[in-house]
Amino acid sequence: MANVIKLRKGLNINLKGKAAAQVSAVSASDVYGLVPDAFYGMKPKVVVKEGDDVKAGDALFVNKLHPEMKFVSPVSGKVSLVERGDRRKVLSVQVKASAEQQYVDFGKKVVEDLDGGKVKDALLESGLFSFFVQRPYAVVANPDDAPKAIYVSSFCDMPLAADFEGVVLSGQEKDFQTGITALSKIAKVHVGVKPGSKLTQLKDAEVTVFDGKCPAGNVGVQINNTNPINKGEVVWTVGAEEVIFIGRLFNNGIVDLKRVIAVAGSEVKNPEYKSVLVGAKISDIVSGKLSESVDKKVRIIDGNPLTGMKTSQDSFLMAHTTEVTVIPEGDDADELFGWISPRLNEFSVSRSYFTWLQPKNKEYVLDARVKGGHRHMIFSGEYDSVFPMDIYPEQLVKAIIAGDIDRMEALGIYEVAPEDFAVAEFVDSSKVELQRIVREGLDMLRKENE
Amino acid sequence: MGLKKILDNMKPAFSEGGKLSAFGSLFDAAETFFYVPNETAKTYGAQIHDAIDSKRSIFFVVIALLPALLFGMYNIGLQHNIAIGAATDDVFCNFLYGFAAMLPKIIVSYVVGLGIEVAIAQWKKEEVHEGFFVTGILIPMIVPVNCPLWILAVATAFAVVFAKEVFGGTGMNIFNPALVTRAFLFFAYPAMMSGDKVWVNENYMDCINGTIDGYSAATPLGQLGSGEAVTASPLETIIGTIPGSIGETSVVAIAIGAVILIWAGIASWKIIVSTFVGGAIMAYLLPYEGAQNFEWWEQLTVGGFAFGAVFMATDPVTAARTECGKYIYGFLIGVMAIIIRVLNPGFPEGMMLAILLMNVFAPLIDYCFVQSNINKRAKRAVK
Repeated sequence: MANVIKLRKGLNINLKGKAAAQVSAVSASDVYGLVPDAFYGMKPKVVVKEGDDVKAGDALFVNKLHPEMKFVSPVSGKVSLVERGDRRKVLSVQVKASAEQQYVDFGKKVVEDLDGGKVKDALLESGLFSFFVQRPYAVVANPDDAPKAIYVSSFCDMPLAADFEGVVLSGQEKDFQTGITALSKIAKVHVGVKPGSKLTQLKDAEVTVFDGKCPAGNVGVQINNTNPINKGEVVWTVGAEEVIFIGRLFNNGIVDLKRVIAVAGSEVKNPEYKSVLVGAKISDIVSGKLSESVDKKVRIIDGNPLTGMKTSQDSFLMAHTTEVTVIPEGDDADELFGWISPRLNEFSVSRSYFTWLQPKNKEYVLDARVKGGHRHMIFSGEYDSVFPMDIYPEQLVKAIIAGDIDRMEALGIYEVAPEDFAVAEFVDSSKVELQRIVREGLDMLRKENE
Repeated sequence: MGLKKILDNMKPAFSEGGKLSAFGSLFDAAETFFYVPNETAKTYGAQIHDAIDSKRSIFFVVIALLPALLFGMYNIGLQHNIAIGAATDDVFCNFLYGFAAMLPKIIVSYVVGLGIEVAIAQWKKEEVHEGFFVTGILIPMIVPVNCPLWILAVATAFAVVFAKEVFGGTGMNIFNPALVTRAFLFFAYPAMMSGDKVWVNENYMDCINGTIDGYSAATPLGQLGSGEAVTASPLETIIGTIPGSIGETSVVAIAIGAVILIWAGIASWKIIVSTFVGGAIMAYLLPYEGAQNFEWWEQLTVGGFAFGAVFMATDPVTAARTECGKYIYGFLIGVMAIIIRVLNPGFPEGMMLAILLMNVFAPLIDYCFVQSNINKRAKRAVK
């Protein structure tokens, strides 16, 4: 029987527009783009030229710091553009898809017979290693490290997030198990599941049930509550969907970056799941899905509304993204006397609003407004109430703002990623940009320690 | 909407480089007072936010203060009429008298305090923070009714500048600014702050004027301090029809405020409860020597104890910020307040000094809890 860990702190935000449990295909995009920014902490070196022919699985760029780390094309076709921004920063490498898809053949392998080194080599060769994220620092993993464990969270309880076990996994169970087995050759694998999950039957992994509110599905929360990271230790994390990619590599011998994502949010018509390739154009994913009223501005988010990034129709689906959500922008709301009027439709943890009077299953439409002025931290205990880790979040954030590296270390910055502060950023009445600050803190520390 | 248009039209003049840019923060404050800012989330970071902001929280504190304020106004009139020997059963007349006595104090406190805050915000090119809306109403409520306006203005200015802005404004201060105002008055103008002459207003409204020669109204704590018998009954001290600082006398009105604050989640119940627990234990262990008809628990109903516990100790900025630390912080405030009251003949009231003292120790309390977390992590790494 899997171990059950109850988490008391957290907050579930019930947003309107959850994806219905049905999967439809997205018409193939003309152009696919791989965005280096999706692999945080990596310096891209483009290894193709415009006009080159590539197959799905051929490298488009590599990590300058670790050239063995490849970032491979999701499709076969012709490299159409290497898009660069300020100071020649690579924004995306775009491939015009060919009519018939060709895959680089990496050869089927029986995972059980491989050792850790061979698995790692196969992952590096195929570019799937690039999907690994390491803690500390929440950056792409370093292949030279020997991680003490690999963590996979099989559920995300962020608002509007895709349901992995209920929808995404169906039909992919075999590849998922193969992927887990492959990972177990590298280091001990921990899988976090939600209560009632069937994944407790997984082989080659230690499965732990996390019973609690958002962000219980965050892999960082799961690490902290099972086997916290100490200074000098490294833990790798992989998205559950990406474990399926790994399974496909060994079972089918190809890199198949097709994934099922949720297209959800209050501004989406018939929210549902879509089967798409990494790097697909956002406009193809949301086409025909956006509410039609012309005068209403919407915000398209690559990811869920708490940890995702604002994106646009012209952008490409980022590599780790499991859902695309659309919410109202709200910058023309002009709400009068917000500090005192009842605002019945607003969601708040504070009982100065009437969320507590509403039925528990009420779905809210929240827009992208910050809804208040930026202040110093005034009220205490806000972050703490939604931060289910043995860490003092407020003191850690203050240490980061002060640039006090020793104190950041002492307070446990090695154990966190920006996403762990997402719910705290949501509830904060002082509207401090916690995820940005934590990101900067992690970058500061990484630079210092290199 | 019309108002929005007017504001939008005015905005360029108040923006950087505009004709009235010197009043930019004032305009900003007015604009956010009327409308929720339309600023939307940045590309990176949480894309949605809770509807709560500091403005709403702060105004809920003001709302929670209203019962005590309104009762305080009534009580000013009541005490005045008792003193002049006039009829005291006209509630409205009592209230009106108190209102007239109180209004100038509130205006002075807000004008002086907000004036300084706006000026400093403009100088620092920041938004005006709303924290002073609470401080500005607290200040007139914790002074005796006879406190002259010019002294109030000086004390407010001192507190805003030296207790708040020098530290960096709302959220950065070490001491509760309202209490610093009171402490300033207490030590700079002691004759205005204690004794038995300051608690009853003499003549504000000519229509209901009378002479109160030789009348003295001592607070229960004043009587206890000088070893006299307490004249007020427990019921009177709970309802609040006794002399005292304007907002502090009615336990009932304060309790209503406490319910609002705790329910809205703005004040920490941990601090309020542990303050009362600490006060009760200490009052039981340390009774007034030779006090007549005064039970130990009445300590919690007289003076500024209840008011301080609910509205002052819970100031989130100056209180302990760790959840466990809040219990200790509150408990020690209760203990210290009673110790100062009973043992120090110079200070009949101990709540103000107890809270200011614990303001100093709050970071130390937090340090202990945070450090134990740090030690735990360090130990884990060594293993």
